[in-house]
Amino acid sequence: MRPNDVVVQTATKVLVFIILVFSVFMFFNGHHNPGGGFIGGLMTSSAVVLLMLAFDLDTVKRILPIDYKILIAVGLLIAVLTAVGSFLFGVPFLSHTFGYFTLPILGEVELATALLFDLGVYLVVVAVTLTIIQTIGEDR
Amino acid sequence: MEIVMSIVAGVLFMAGTYLVLSKNMIRIIVGTSVISHGAHLLLLTMAGLKTGAPPLLGLEASNYTDPLPQALILTAIVISFGVTSFFLVLGYRAYKVTGTDDTDGLRGPDAHD
Amino acid sequence: MHMINILIAPILIPLLTGTILLLIPKKITAQRTISIIAGIVLIAVNIFLVLDVYQNGIRTLELGGWTPPFGIVLVGDMLALLLVTTTSVLSLPVLLYSFRSIGREREKFYYYSFYYFLITGVSGAFITGDIFNLFVFFEVMLIASYILIVHGGTKVQLRESFKYVLVNVISSALFVGAVAYLYAVTGTLNMAHLSERIGSLDETVPILTVIAVMFLIVFGLKGALFPLYFWLPGSYAAPPPAIAAIFGALLTKVGIYSLFRTYSLIFVNDTAFTHTLLGILAGITMIAGVIGAIAHQDVFKILVYNVIVAVGYVLFGVSVLNDSGFNGAIFYLIHDMIIKAALFLLVGTLVFVAGTSKLKKMGGIIKYYPALGWMFFVAVMSLVGVPPLSGFIGKLLLIQGGANAGDYWLVATMMISSLLVLYSMIRIFLNGFFGKPTLERPDQFSTAKGLLWPSALLIALSVLVGLGAELLYPLVDIAATTLLQPEIYIEAVLKE
Repeated sequence: MRPNDVVVQTATKVLVFIILVFSVFMFFNGHHNPGGGFIGGLMTSSAVVLLMLAFDLDTVKRILPIDYKILIAVGLLIAVLTAVGSFLFGVPFLSHTFGYFTLPILGEVELATALLFDLGVYLVVVAVTLTIIQTIGEDR
Repeated sequence: MEIVMSIVAGVLFMAGTYLVLSKNMIRIIVGTSVISHGAHLLLLTMAGLKTGAPPLLGLEASNYTDPLPQALILTAIVISFGVTSFFLVLGYRAYKVTGTDDTDGLRGPDAHD
Repeated sequence: MHMINILIAPILIPLLTGTILLLIPKKITAQRTISIIAGIVLIAVNIFLVLDVYQNGIRTLELGGWTPPFGIVLVGDMLALLLVTTTSVLSLPVLLYSFRSIGREREKFYYYSFYYFLITGVSGAFITGDIFNLFVFFEVMLIASYILIVHGGTKVQLRESFKYVLVNVISSALFVGAVAYLYAVTGTLNMAHLSERIGSLDETVPILTVIAVMFLIVFGLKGALFPLYFWLPGSYAAPPPAIAAIFGALLTKVGIYSLFRTYSLIFVNDTAFTHTLLGILAGITMIAGVIGAIAHQDVFKILVYNVIVAVGYVLFGVSVLNDSGFNGAIFYLIHDMIIKAALFLLVGTLVFVAGTSKLKKMGGIIKYYPALGWMFFVAVMSLVGVPPLSGFIGKLLLIQGGANAGDYWLVATMMISSLLVLYSMIRIFLNGFFGKPTLERPDQFSTAKGLLWPSALLIALSVLVGLGAELLYPLVDIAATTLLQPEIYIEAVLKE
């Protein structure tokens, strides 16, 4: 019997985007306010998990054809290389800096190297969470 | 407040210990997670709860709360998140291999017999 | 590249290697090549660091530019760097052994990545100067070890890793709890700062003794101290020999190192209680371990119980709290890391060629594998401490330290247990390599091609450490002096 999941599927189509936007907001919010790569990443993965629940693993895999294990490595590399970047400037490992830049549309914003590090964290968290859920979920 | 929190941490340790002593794998795994959270709560409590304003630049207060324990438990929570999820997958694999979630199901001959 | 950051290299090189290897899981040749290159670079950098510290004194690195005691600081003192160097030196032969023995399937499932993540955790734990950061590196090491121990997923491995993970998760929770108490009492987690604050106390503070015992439990669980070693025999005997070798050589040693560091630098407030307790537990560990080694008929189990005996020897050296004792403990620690790796590889090869790990079922192997047999003999002699091999000088110094401190009972215990260690290991030699051959034709034996020379490298290293003790001694002495005089460490870190 096919389960009746119209409500979940319809709601998910809207909710996923709200969660994704909010997770991105949380990610950028992290520098001065509560938020950051870790919880941003968890939120993003919860959006994907919601997709997996509403539809199924194969459909989600078709929409997001990403090898999450590779993504873990990429995230780790970004985080580590940001830290290694301090070698070039002759400052201690993991040193961070920030500056104010004027960007089109956004106006003057503060950009920090910590954000790059956080991007690595974000990717690792998303990828790890989804790898775990996929591994258990795929096994029938 | 510290006393209440210390008691809560103690209750978490107690509940966790009870769970870990059972034979059911899921209970054991949840038990370790509860024990870890007891330890995190203990860490937060031990440093003193809300002893002043949030430690932010530009906030002119005479006293600030120590931010270090919060950084520490954030780290500890992330680690325990990772370990618990690994432990769950391990328990799941053991369930698939043995067909039971009872730890007795894992009994058997030694490694190289 | 600026030199200030070189101290991060022992952590960074394995971390980057492990990460890059995650990207190419299926390309086995590339993985092996990268692993070997990284291993060699790591050894070179570590030896450079040891020589640098020998000439210029302790090297520190304030991560992120935050000055201690507020930020995390890495401290490369002689003890830390000697152990990091030993780690990298012995991890290369074990890696070479894995090429032959670990199997394609494991290689494709991130074996080399987690191998290097394990080394990241071990090196980080040795180098860090912050007690919470020590916890973090412990976890890095443990998570990698969880994966390596269950890698392959046989039923035995699943059972043993379930127990292993359970024990370690609980001990990690206790670690966090102990750190919480320590922070509540002292208000700092930087080791040098802790040492300064606790060292300046004039009277004994009972709560610090309680905290010291809590740390003894935490590190005792990781380091397999009596009565907390119950998890070790099963879990170290479950994985394949290459993984067991790296576990036996490194994992318990990190627990021992942490006890060594905290019980010389930080918890010196009430040595009459804490160090006496440590000494007694070390003594019982020596006896309990060797009883296990004699009682078992499984060659892996015999060897695993000998890991526990060594824990007793080193911690005995820590408990006497004098110069010879510390020198001996450091010497023995380095020796034991090398020789345990060698023995695990040799016993792994023995089990592979004999097709069984039961002592009663094997025999006469030396007829077909003379090299394996005599290498095993040399390794056992080194383990027991026959001069001029590497075990001798460490044991001599330990005995001297014990005698200086007046712990004659413990010295006697150690000598008796050494003899019994010899008995337990020579039993393998006599029964397994000589005795009645259980298999008649040589073609019934599996081939050991390529499995012998990694162990040969390690044994050669052990012989070198023994013969070159004269050269190594000044370095060990610097390490012991730094531990005995915390002012040197405090001065280097806090720069007061």
